Amino acid sequence: MMIKVTICNKEYRLENEDNLLKILHLIKTTKNQSLSYRSGCRSGVCGSCALRVNGVEKLACKTVLKDGDVIEPLKNSIVIKDLIVDLSTQQKCLQTAKAQLEEKADAVITPIDEKNIDLQSNCILCNSCYSSCPVYEVNPEFIGPFALTRTYRYINDKKEKNTQTKIKTVQTNGIWDCTLCGNCNMVCPEHIDIKNDIMMLRNKSVQAGFSDPNMASFDGDFDTGLDFGFNPNGF
Amino acid sequence: MIDVLIIGSGGAGLSAALMAKQKGSEVLVLSKTYPTQSQTAQAQGGINAVLKKENNTDKVEYHINDTLKSAHKLGDINTIEYLCKNAHNTIKWLDDIGVPFSRDTNNNIAQRKLGGASNSRACYSSDYTGLKILHTLYDTSLKENIEFLHEKMLLSFIVENKTIKGITYLDIQTAQVKQLLAKTVIVASGGYGAIYDGFTTNSNATTGDAIAAALKVGCEISNMEYVQFHPTTLKKNSILLSESARGEGGYLVTKDEKRFVDELAPRDVVARAIDEKLQHGEEVYLDLRHLGLEKIKEVMPQEYNLALEFSGLKLDTDLISIQPSAHYTMGGIKTNLNGETNIQNLYAVGECSSNGVHGANRLGGNSLLEIITFGKLVGENASKKAVETIQKNSSLDTLNQDIKYIDEIFNLPNQMNFYSFKKEMGELFYKNVGLFREEKSLLEVLHQITIWENDFSKLGITDKEKTYNTNLKEFLEFSNMLYLSKAIVLSALQRKESRGAHYRIDYLSQNSDFEKETIIYNNQNEFKVEIR
Repeated sequence: MMIKVTICNKEYRLENEDNLLKILHLIKTTKNQSLSYRSGCRSGVCGSCALRVNGVEKLACKTVLKDGDVIEPLKNSIVIKDLIVDLSTQQKCLQTAKAQLEEKADAVITPIDEKNIDLQSNCILCNSCYSSCPVYEVNPEFIGPFALTRTYRYINDKKEKNTQTKIKTVQTNGIWDCTLCGNCNMVCPEHIDIKNDIMMLRNKSVQAGFSDPNMASFDGDFDTGLDFGFNPNGF
Repeated sequence: MIDVLIIGSGGAGLSAALMAKQKGSEVLVLSKTYPTQSQTAQAQGGINAVLKKENNTDKVEYHINDTLKSAHKLGDINTIEYLCKNAHNTIKWLDDIGVPFSRDTNNNIAQRKLGGASNSRACYSSDYTGLKILHTLYDTSLKENIEFLHEKMLLSFIVENKTIKGITYLDIQTAQVKQLLAKTVIVASGGYGAIYDGFTTNSNATTGDAIAAALKVGCEISNMEYVQFHPTTLKKNSILLSESARGEGGYLVTKDEKRFVDELAPRDVVARAIDEKLQHGEEVYLDLRHLGLEKIKEVMPQEYNLALEFSGLKLDTDLISIQPSAHYTMGGIKTNLNGETNIQNLYAVGECSSNGVHGANRLGGNSLLEIITFGKLVGENASKKAVETIQKNSSLDTLNQDIKYIDEIFNLPNQMNFYSFKKEMGELFYKNVGLFREEKSLLEVLHQITIWENDFSKLGITDKEKTYNTNLKEFLEFSNMLYLSKAIVLSALQRKESRGAHYRIDYLSQNSDFEKETIIYNNQNEFKVEIR
């Protein structure tokens, strides 16, 4: 079936393929050799072909196009060329969030323990969640969804002895900056419940004696005349 | 000064980097992609090891025997013994850095049986084993402050007096050619499966760039004809359905739902049985329906999703149409047990190397084991070597040549489309240098390669921009593929026998005269092939 698609503001009319990555490849190899995009495994595990279709983050290899679709690069990152965005923030977010096993604990790992971190450790670092996150519009330093989920994965890992440092790390530009909008959940190709992971991190933080800094500034004095409004994300 | 420069950031490269750094070396990892985009992410089934645990009926010697059997007398007993004896430690190391291996009911690391194995020996993380290993290695690398250069493509090795001095590379983001000097260099850049374009489970990035570069500077390359075809990939798009599908009890059936092959026979045997059916116009299906949805989702969630998302079929209710696809390249830069090549201070490890661990066919579950076990060993070896190496300035000849070459590519006439050549190459290799080979069809491929070589000067690139020019990168990749394609065909022609993954319909039996490696090297711009 012939379809019309717009890729980086350029219109193409072509025969539809099984998925968007095949269309990009077809355009690249037969119509426009300068079209630039990343791709690797073609099977949804390398995370390199993430982009936006009609404003929503998708993996090109897993997306079937329909007539009129508009393809754009990911958001919240500098666009280097066409669908290629700068990924250097990825490393920074992961390092800031201490998303790693810092100190090995001697623990017996049961099948249930392993299941507890199974979904989070399926993350392919495609940056879809990062692109979908509205917090970056107000805080470019936000640690962000994939890094927070990964930190939670290690905090929840019985092998990690040093969970407290991680909990402390995610207090600044981390869990309390999240608006819990759930965009990240909607776009995650691995169906990771990132929003829930962030809420769990908040619970663990409260248990560890931390509190929401946004609430801390709330002194409860309604005579000030300030309107705090309804906070849907508050605890 | 860089002590250990690592080309490639998959499982082998990151393991080497972590070990070299631990030993006190200045380490730099240079890679064409980002680490988590590498081929290692695609390994699904598992990683073999005989674990030291109570009442284990499996033994290291059984693992050695299974590997030797799969290697069809082309394996190296020393490397195989090293691999199998160190497997337990490899798993322990990975488990300790945080790889979330699946557990059994006794809280031990769970293991499953893969094809060609005499026991349930493959440790796994559901069917995301490679992905979880790779990401954990990356997390650990960031923790250890390993320095990375992402999206830089190796162009040439700088070799003086048969000693590696450094490399030149293309910065993909700027199209600039740069040079890096290092005391030692480890090549961990993956295989050459992308030559089977359109018929491979491998990433688009597996274009054998470093193997081609190594050949050009005098490295010996071995067993290039040995390409493993995975029996079960989705028809039309070659997406891998892991061996765990059969390991867990899946069947291979024809249209009338009859089984026709022992599903757990070695991959080459299963793949040829399937290909024969396909060549006779029959369809072959993977049948997992009897396993039930619960078990399928428990032990192979990724495969369930892959089948659903890429073919619209459900593993628990549908027969899945399959075909074999090029999956793993056994050939590569020849090394000894220590990862040393015939160039001083140049090491190779992982799929780009050939150290005798797989021989004529790789056992399922041994590739992840190889990249981590030897990655660590080679990282340590290179680190030691760096200590005793004094680096002197080297000439800028290679850098200047490569700058000139990249400039020339921008000015090539571009009268013919290299992407068409690449597609034709994939089709031709799948058909003639695939599961069944013979002299006549191999010579046809060789003839075609000569035509492509002659037409090379008519190729070129359309995109003339310097910023993130993937057209240029892919042109360079094609050039490497073309160079290696000849090495594969010449090696396949030379091996006049059938052994493991190399099956000649004009020489059906295994011949003891060929119980040796196929070595290919560059002698004054001519390939020399020797069986020795």
